[in-house]
Amino acid sequence: MTTETSELRRRVQLWFGPQHPGITGNMSVQAWLEGDTLTAGVTHVGYLHRGFEKLMERRRFIQSFPIVCRICVPEPDTNEYLLAAGLDELSGLAAEVPQRGRWIRTLVLEMSRLQMNLMTLGGHIGAMAMGAAPNWLIALRDLVLDRFEELTGGRIYHMFITYGGVRRDLPEGFAERMEANFRTIEEKLPLVDNVIFDSSVFRKRAIGVGVVPEEWVDEMSLSGPIVRAMGIPRDVRKDFPYEKYPELDFEVVTTTGSDIYARAWIRRQEIAQSMDLIRQIFRKMPEGPYCAKLPNMLTWTIPPGQTYVRAEATRGEMGYYVVTDGSDKIRRVHVRAPSYVHGVALLERMIPGTNIADLAPLMVSLQVCPPEMER
Amino acid sequence: MSVKHTLAPFSAWLQAFSKPFTLPDRHGYREGADRYRGWHINDTKTCIGCGSCAEICQNVAIDMVPVDDPVTGDSGLRPRVDYGRCCWCALCVDVCPSGSLGMSNEYIWVEADADAFRYIPGVDPKPWDSAEKGWRQEEGFDLVDHQRVPMPMLDPAERTRTWAEVVVGYSREEARREASRCVECGLCVAACPAHMHIPDYIAAIRDGDDIAALNIIYDNNAMPEMCGKVCTRRCEGVCSIGVQGEPLAIRWLKRYVTEQFDDLSDVVHAEVERVGEGKKIAIVGGGPSGVTVAYYLAIRGFDVTIYEALPQLGGATFFGIPKYRFPMPSLEKQVKLLTDSGVTIVTNHRVEKDEMRQLLRDHDAVFIGTGLMKPYGLRAPGEDLPGVMYALDMLRDHHIGKTIDVGKKVVVVGGGNVAIDASRVSLRLGAEVTIAYRRRKVDMPADEEEIEDAEAEGIKIVTQAIPLRVEQADGGRLDFIWGPAEMIQEEEGRRPRPKLIEGVENHMIVDRVIVAIGQGAEHSWMPEEIAEKIADKRGWITVDENGMTAYDGIFAGGDLVNSTADAISAIADGLRAVVGIQKYVGVLPASEDEGDEPVAIAT
Repeated sequence: MTTETSELRRRVQLWFGPQHPGITGNMSVQAWLEGDTLTAGVTHVGYLHRGFEKLMERRRFIQSFPIVCRICVPEPDTNEYLLAAGLDELSGLAAEVPQRGRWIRTLVLEMSRLQMNLMTLGGHIGAMAMGAAPNWLIALRDLVLDRFEELTGGRIYHMFITYGGVRRDLPEGFAERMEANFRTIEEKLPLVDNVIFDSSVFRKRAIGVGVVPEEWVDEMSLSGPIVRAMGIPRDVRKDFPYEKYPELDFEVVTTTGSDIYARAWIRRQEIAQSMDLIRQIFRKMPEGPYCAKLPNMLTWTIPPGQTYVRAEATRGEMGYYVVTDGSDKIRRVHVRAPSYVHGVALLERMIPGTNIADLAPLMVSLQVCPPEMER
Repeated sequence: MSVKHTLAPFSAWLQAFSKPFTLPDRHGYREGADRYRGWHINDTKTCIGCGSCAEICQNVAIDMVPVDDPVTGDSGLRPRVDYGRCCWCALCVDVCPSGSLGMSNEYIWVEADADAFRYIPGVDPKPWDSAEKGWRQEEGFDLVDHQRVPMPMLDPAERTRTWAEVVVGYSREEARREASRCVECGLCVAACPAHMHIPDYIAAIRDGDDIAALNIIYDNNAMPEMCGKVCTRRCEGVCSIGVQGEPLAIRWLKRYVTEQFDDLSDVVHAEVERVGEGKKIAIVGGGPSGVTVAYYLAIRGFDVTIYEALPQLGGATFFGIPKYRFPMPSLEKQVKLLTDSGVTIVTNHRVEKDEMRQLLRDHDAVFIGTGLMKPYGLRAPGEDLPGVMYALDMLRDHHIGKTIDVGKKVVVVGGGNVAIDASRVSLRLGAEVTIAYRRRKVDMPADEEEIEDAEAEGIKIVTQAIPLRVEQADGGRLDFIWGPAEMIQEEEGRRPRPKLIEGVENHMIVDRVIVAIGQGAEHSWMPEEIAEKIADKRGWITVDENGMTAYDGIFAGGDLVNSTADAISAIADGLRAVVGIQKYVGVLPASEDEGDEPVAIAT
């Protein structure tokens, strides 16, 4: 027996994904095992690559708008908002976005955060092979998707926040139906808490697992629930307020521990926070137009300029760097996606020493969204 | 591990006793939301086939295909959607200028044949065609701009005291803003008799390239400044933006471009082969059709001479259209380009019989565009009285500089543009003016805008008034006697006819009665052997698809030939004759199939 073969027998190489049910989307991790401990991992993305940033350079501004929602499938609205905000700013349309339009944008962003957190929370425990809570949470998320369908005409790809405001006004009785859904969600969430946060299995597998050291925060530009789970109150909605967030009353949720449990806890708290914010929005939203008067979208040109706009996605800070050159197309878009940091750099750094069974829960807790890594 | 955390998960069993909050029947069908973006529907009767949906579609899922029973004035195309490409973003619905396109709230469609998922909504029947619900256009969100950039105009009170142009004209910024409203559907190109390249020059204006725009315009219109000011603009009538909003100001944009340059010879560069060197062409009548033939043949090297009876070229656009609409410098500018292109212009020269015969012998071809110069009479007693005059004569005399006395009070009989022009000129000459028209105001053939402007200036319009007779009144004045009419619908689909209500006579004491009820052809100058051959009893001349009359070598165009009697149709006739003459003299292959394609003249 040569040294080489003994080395091979000692270390097993394993492809985790892209079709593994525990994975967070179409990506794969090439992992090396010693026993059931991972010694190294390399992420492989590209299964979803459609070249969104490049596609936008070949399309008129309005034609780029239906593309961006695909950059993060479960939470498309942040992308729609950021593209709209960037081009509003560069075109000067920002000054004309009506107040109601801004409130509806904020509403849509919070609805989006709510349904994404419901799904991710289900993913947390689903990745540990427990089925009841994910089923409940997906059903609860569907209630929010019903409202999305009613408001935007689509359940997943909303294509709703656009230049100058939003595409439609709220339907009649929207707030009441939303409130009825909230009551169902609030009724069911304690049960969900019982099987997640009070479950000995989840606690054993989540507390102290997947700890992200605080030194990495600035070094790797981490953001979102990952840093809030370390007790750092970092949130774009508070730090760089946009749309109607300055007029809403909320505190940044933080906890300590920096482990899978802490991150799940942050998401659970933010579900409640989003519902509270949506209730505030319905109370504060004025009547009026919902979209500015748009120029002819087939010939719209925007003067040369560049800007960086950012917003808080459920996964962390999302940013769009947008450049226009005076033509009717975007010159360059760069999407600063939190999953790129969390799902490639941070994940690869955290894999050594992780138990193979914890890889899927770890990826869910970092909330890796593959399409936004490969724009 | 506490007891609590061990037992708590078992609370999941409690759910077994609670009511379901999801759909009770998992096989049940749930209807899509009120604004769900489902399969497309299209009202093909209101769809104009402009193709804006195909233009905005970022997936190229929509293509425009010909359908069987298109509505007049549209492209004859309808959108076909390929659901292998569609992403259901509904931008096509939101942009639709006619508002015909929508989406149903239908979720589900099962079909074994994959090709079925490409269909023409509204043409290929689908179960959801009559869906009430689904994504529709909504007020407050427009992807096209429905509001026209307002045209600065002189104040009505100020207008009547001067001969200055009523329309001030767009500034560069205004023109670019207006041009950016265009969706480039091209319906206007089909509607324009001359098939001008409208979306192309509008795009050039939008991009700030006025020189390119002017050259595109001069490709098939040699009198664009005239058209930019007084065109009947059928293009604007079919403009897709005009279905739900105000149509593009196509005429004003053309006017803007032509007004930017004082000397057109500096900027208009026709790049054509000089195929006509050594060929001689004579043109009788210097109206829009004659000018068109002259210009496009001259730039091709032909030796062209225009004979015009009046002191200036332009025909009806010179002697008929008042200067507050089309000032002299604008006309002179266009005539100068003609001279610079090498056309010989002979004005104040009426061609007579023998000379016409001589022209035919000396030239390779002759073009006749003499127009309609003989006014129709009032056909009522008293039309010979002094003080009864014809609008055409009055406008001509006014424009060639004669002094006209219209007195203090004038009645103009007629409802066309000539009637309006005569009224507004009389008003500026100091008279109080009333227009008497046989039918209703909606029936008036005059331009709607002209009617509005006339009324704004204080001209009174009396409708359903049939002239009975004109009598001499005291003090050299005239008594214009008219009877009221009722409108009778005789045939379905035709406009109602006025019928005199017997026994009622209304009197109007005026100084002048100006008759503007149309005009006919006059061929007394033409040799009999030619007139007999080419003109019918009423004086109309028939031409073939090359613009040639029944007399070999004589081409014709303008009001003599087409009944629409507008300048742009005359220009279209001229363009047809330009091709016809080239074929006739043998510099273009005679068999070349022009088809229905727009005739691109200069390039």
